[in-house]
Amino acid sequence: MLQPYIPVLLLILFVAANAVMMIVVSHYAAPRRPTPLKDAPYESGMPPLGSARERFSVKFYLVAMLFIVFDIETVFLFPWGTIFFGDAGAGPGMGFLLVEMLVFMVILAVGYVYVWKRRALEWD
Amino acid sequence: MTFFLIASLIKILAVFTVIMVGVALLTLAERRICAWMQDRLGPNRVGPQGLLQPAADGLKNIFKEETYPAQADKTLFVLAPAVSFIPALLTFAVIPFAAPLPTPWGQVSMVVADLPVGFLYILAISSLGVYGIVLAGWSSNNKYALLGGLRASAQMISYEIAMGMSTVAVLLLAGNVTLSQIIARQQDSLWFVLPLGLAFFIFIVAAFAETNRLPFDLPEAEGELIAGYHTEYSAMKFSMFYIAEYSNMVTASALMVTLFFGGWDIPFTNWDTTGPAEVLKTLATLAVFGFKTICFLFLYIWVRWTLPRFRYDQLMALGWKVMLPLALVYLTILATAIWILHTRLGWAYEARFAWALAGLNAGLAVVLFWFLDRGRLVSGSVETGSA
Repeated sequence: MLQPYIPVLLLILFVAANAVMMIVVSHYAAPRRPTPLKDAPYESGMPPLGSARERFSVKFYLVAMLFIVFDIETVFLFPWGTIFFGDAGAGPGMGFLLVEMLVFMVILAVGYVYVWKRRALEWD
Repeated sequence: MTFFLIASLIKILAVFTVIMVGVALLTLAERRICAWMQDRLGPNRVGPQGLLQPAADGLKNIFKEETYPAQADKTLFVLAPAVSFIPALLTFAVIPFAAPLPTPWGQVSMVVADLPVGFLYILAISSLGVYGIVLAGWSSNNKYALLGGLRASAQMISYEIAMGMSTVAVLLLAGNVTLSQIIARQQDSLWFVLPLGLAFFIFIVAAFAETNRLPFDLPEAEGELIAGYHTEYSAMKFSMFYIAEYSNMVTASALMVTLFFGGWDIPFTNWDTTGPAEVLKTLATLAVFGFKTICFLFLYIWVRWTLPRFRYDQLMALGWKVMLPLALVYLTILATAIWILHTRLGWAYEARFAWALAGLNAGLAVVLFWFLDRGRLVSGSVETGSA
């Protein structure tokens, strides 16, 4: 039952070991002669002004929240997609499943139009 | 069980090696093709035709001095390249790359792990790569890196929805997420690029955005962000981001081939899918799969040196206001069409069914491109209203 997952586990271990090896080997093989100037953040040669730990636009949070909402809708569509045509609408039948999906899409569209009208998708 | 483990180990080693060598050659191919398109020579001094250039670059990167920016969060700064690198090399595991290979101990399927969850595994693992990018941007303590990381995360999650929706279309026709069964379904009738043309269009646009390639390479737009999230990275850690980006390209190309271009299927013949497994079939299908994947990789490079970069608000508008509604509407129309063809007209899924859907897609594509080309949603650099 879980046999197909064994190679994935092996691959994860193998790739992770490779990643660690790359970092460790280059850490020991490479020279390290730091100077204050070399370690300064790179801002095109200008002396850095202020810290990078500034506040940033709230838009990024907004996009992340919208993503969670709409991505979960996508996830809901996967089980529906599996039985819709593949199993010829097993159980309830294709017509019922289609109507079900249309209702779902309408609800989703209402939310989408609301988000658009509230200008949550604008970037300026 | 022992045989299964040994075969799996050999496949893991082979796939890992092929991807790493492929990525190395891909960086060379990118530079050579770029040079060719810009009418110059490109790297051609190290080895014949510059073939050893990637090896030289790799060696240099191992022995090069690394810089750690002064106020960086050291732990996360070291961790970020690994977090980006590991998922990038994991995603290829579920893609079948050839017909089964017969051996004296039984048949070996030419896929590292034929998981029942299929491409859901790829969608899940490839989104983990965004953590590496965000961590890199944040831990560098550099304003440009931070902006690059934020942009990358917003861009990747925006296009992920459209990408997921376009794979639901594939799922509708295949009825299964397992990639080997999706390939089998395409071998029976048509490659899904015909009956699902618009899904392929959505998928390829989303794939370009997910891999941060031009015209969507805003996270590392050198004109505004120096190098984006990997500004502060040098030597091997930079190289790991680079490998991650290119192996994501390889996986995205292979996934497009698998979902829409029949995977390892050889067109216009049933020789590869029927009858007993042969070594020759495995080799031939492997070559065909490689050729298809290379075509898409060439497309990636071609597009990079042809199209200009989007502006950031255009990128987000395209993702949220064009791709997402398009995917939703397309899915609705497709489901309705399948219902009409199957239940009303009583057709089973075969070539006739697929061609009917292909016609539907062609019609929808005409409407879509007519709509997109009004110059309002994706206005580009064209002045509107003044002419």
